[in-house]
Amino acid sequence: MPGSYIPTDYFPVAIVILIATLIGLGTLLLGLVVRPRRPYTQKLSPYESGNPPVGEPRTEFSVKFYIIAMLFVVFDVEAVFLYPWAVAYDKLGMFGFVEMMLFIFILLVGYVYVWKKGAFNWE
Amino acid sequence: MELLLMFVKILVVVTIFMIHLLYVQYFERKVIGHMQARMGPMRVGWHGILQPVADALKLFFKEDIIPSQSDRPIFFVAPIIGVIAGVSTIAVIPLWKSFSIANLNIGILYILALSSIGSFSIILGGWASNSKYSFLGGLRSSAQVISYEISLGLSLVGVMMMAGSANLSDIVNAQANSWFLFPQLIAFFVFLVSAIAETNRVPFDLPEAETELVAGFATEYSGMRWALFFMAEYAGMFIMSSLAVVCFMGGWNGPELPLVGEYSGLLWFVLKVYGFIFFYFWIRATLPRYRYDQLMSLGWKIFIPLALLNVIVTGFLRVL
Amino acid sequence: MTLPQLFFAYFALSMTVLSLLIVTRKNPVHSVIWMLVLFIHIAALYLFLNAEFLAAIQIIIYAGAILVLFLFVIMLLNLKREETAQKYQSQWPISMGIALVFAIFMTMIVGKITVMPALGEYSVEAIKAEGSMMTIGKVLYTRYLLPFEIASLVLLVAIIGAVVLAKQRVE
Repeated sequence: MPGSYIPTDYFPVAIVILIATLIGLGTLLLGLVVRPRRPYTQKLSPYESGNPPVGEPRTEFSVKFYIIAMLFVVFDVEAVFLYPWAVAYDKLGMFGFVEMMLFIFILLVGYVYVWKKGAFNWE
Repeated sequence: MELLLMFVKILVVVTIFMIHLLYVQYFERKVIGHMQARMGPMRVGWHGILQPVADALKLFFKEDIIPSQSDRPIFFVAPIIGVIAGVSTIAVIPLWKSFSIANLNIGILYILALSSIGSFSIILGGWASNSKYSFLGGLRSSAQVISYEISLGLSLVGVMMMAGSANLSDIVNAQANSWFLFPQLIAFFVFLVSAIAETNRVPFDLPEAETELVAGFATEYSGMRWALFFMAEYAGMFIMSSLAVVCFMGGWNGPELPLVGEYSGLLWFVLKVYGFIFFYFWIRATLPRYRYDQLMSLGWKIFIPLALLNVIVTGFLRVL
Repeated sequence: MTLPQLFFAYFALSMTVLSLLIVTRKNPVHSVIWMLVLFIHIAALYLFLNAEFLAAIQIIIYAGAILVLFLFVIMLLNLKREETAQKYQSQWPISMGIALVFAIFMTMIVGKITVMPALGEYSVEAIKAEGSMMTIGKVLYTRYLLPFEIASLVLLVAIIGAVVLAKQRVE
């Protein structure tokens, strides 16, 4: 009946993730017990090669990172469309090949546009 | 009973993986040392074999300095996310014939998903430290990782086409007669370079190079937290190596060896993965660093088209 | 309470709590962390619906790409904790009332759905026999070809739009 499916394949995966979390948390929390703790201002201030920290630590950064992140989202979605196509490829034949070439072509148009606009040039 | 067996299996594999993470750093120092005509660690134990133990103990007992203006919850959580993402990937790797902790139909996607989450820990670590160097290092590092994630995924599409599945065990079984290395040579090259960029290793380690931004996103992390970040990095290196071995170099396939008998699959797998890791170290000892703008334009302008070209050519040849 | 119902109860409860946590944090980066946890729960829920491909895609795209974009934007805008607006504005009783009415309304509508649609040809066993990726591949690129190609046009618009908007600011 619907709603009664349990993904038993993933149970070992859940256990591994749990163990990994315990390892991460455990090493930190265990260390809490054994570590010395003698804080003073100079030790706690951010590191700037010996000079006292100057300027606002989170000054505005360039828009390049933002463009890269947006392009990453779009190209990641494109890659995701390729995965089931690749798995089912032998069953799709020439028809599948042509339709995916159309898809890739349309996205290549966008890619060339971005290239020409210089968004891939970092500096 | 089955449950108990599964638990034991998981514990054994994870423990061995953690020991590997401990000793791979020693292995690296020895290899790079010998390549630079010196010896590497020699003092602690015979030929320095206890060096990782000494390092681990030192890091464990170090004072935990949390910078004054940092964002505490995120400062705490960032290395843990990295470790979880790095260590959990061992669950899908097929170590030898029908032996993997979980046989997922989406094995490759599981690994890609976890490496996406791993990139989170870098950017959070850089932000949480509230220091200019860390923040910039974290941003650059994560921009590099996401740029190469696309070509990493695309290079595996050819492998999925040839094996007809994203299940890692199926991919290994499909290479019983011939490796995917030669038909997918371009994809292998793209995967190789993207894997090195993903794990922030030389020649793509500008964001964490000591001479550039101190230690990049990890500048303000000391002691055990720093150790967790680098545990995550070495885990990523192991995962990329084993992914390369499984997808391109036949996984545990290999002629049956006389002494080991039915476990020869495991021996072949370990040999191949360590060969790949040795290759990582070799590159580190040999190549100079790429400048950041060079490596970003490399990722977007060269490797994505190359990976797509490989997909098109593979598709075309298979449909003929 | 059977095991699947227990799991569903956990997911329903935790997603509600997580959503509340996301919208009530003062620090936007904390909201993003809670969003990551929420997306992982959504992916796990997809697993319970026998949609393992969607679970992986949820993590890869939503948690791995879109959340990274969110983080970059938060850092670009340099939202500091002290500058975020006061936690609750003065009209919050009214907005809470409207939200409550809406929630009751939605619950009544969903509660009226008693007829389950007939199971199609892709039952759990059929999908498990081939793997969810193979099934999606066979269906998406044959029967649903048009939406797939339209998706590529949508992505093209997204690429061009992103570059146009961002470049305007630079020049």
